Amino acid sequence: MEKGKKSVTIFALAGLAFAAALALLVSPFASTHPDGLERVAEDQGFIEKAEETEPAWKNAPLPDYTVPGLNEKKVDEETGKEVEEPTRWSTGLAGLLGTVGIFFVAWGLAVLLKKPESREEEKTEVVST
Amino acid sequence: MHIPDGFLNTGVSVATGIVAAGAVGYGLRKAREELDEKSVPLMAMVTSFIFAAQMLNFPVAGGTSGHFLGGALAALLLGPWLGCLVMALVLLVQCLGFADGGLTALGANILNMGIIGTVLVYYIFRFLQRALPSGRGSYLISAAAAAWLSVVMASGACAVELGISGTTPMGVALPAMLAIHAIIGIGEAIITVAVLSLVMAVRPDLVRTYRPQGAENLA
Repeated sequence: MEKGKKSVTIFALAGLAFAAALALLVSPFASTHPDGLERVAEDQGFIEKAEETEPAWKNAPLPDYTVPGLNEKKVDEETGKEVEEPTRWSTGLAGLLGTVGIFFVAWGLAVLLKKPESREEEKTEVVST
Repeated sequence: MHIPDGFLNTGVSVATGIVAAGAVGYGLRKAREELDEKSVPLMAMVTSFIFAAQMLNFPVAGGTSGHFLGGALAALLLGPWLGCLVMALVLLVQCLGFADGGLTALGANILNMGIIGTVLVYYIFRFLQRALPSGRGSYLISAAAAAWLSVVMASGACAVELGISGTTPMGVALPAMLAIHAIIGIGEAIITVAVLSLVMAVRPDLVRTYRPQGAENLA
């Protein structure tokens, strides 16, 4: 059983490495077109309701999957306003941080939620082997 | 399909919030029974994969993109309630950490993708699995159907919430949302089947909903 548990951990870490590689290397090249809901909201003219609404939570550290310090400042040709454009590294790094971070948050949550008995079993197993 | 702040009225925000809180609370209790040595690392892995894969928008028709949601995959690898928790955690982290999906719409997003697209889809999958012959091919066909339905039903629920909120007429939003997500759902089915096939090839013992012929009443 101990061996089985260990090999699941290795498998999970391999999965994490795969997910992290997707986030770091592939996400910067993902489509930037509006998604299904955004498309319907644009077509039916209610996207403004979101744009005009102050977000209820303003403290997201990596807003829109970007690292704020790594974004490029550009002047929008239409409005003349300065806008931040994400660089590939900004998106990739934000994705990497999220992927690795959520892995450990989920692991911690699962350990906390696990029945105490199975923790006991684990201990006795270690002692008996 | 993450609903932002501003799309839902207070009544829908609160009602969906209560439903989501109830389901997550039930899921947290069920997790005690369901989590074992093997499912702790698996749950972490599935959560991180879904988070990463949700970033990978792929182009679909007419200047629109779609992305993987993962509800069906989570349910098939972890069961309905651990799957629901995984989806709720992904949505919470996206909302608070990445400003993706509004805080006032978090309940609705959990309801659509983590309850309808995960828990309900799990039971539809089980129904399909019983209706079809056992075996790897049927298993993957049921999984593909569940994945497609997961996206389509979540988008339908989203349209209903927008309609009740008075954001847009339901008669227009519902067919529009279902039509575009019927296409996006094909991507969901492909990714779900690919990941399940990969896990079945490497660690078939971790796919709790799949048991080769002869072994019954498991998972």
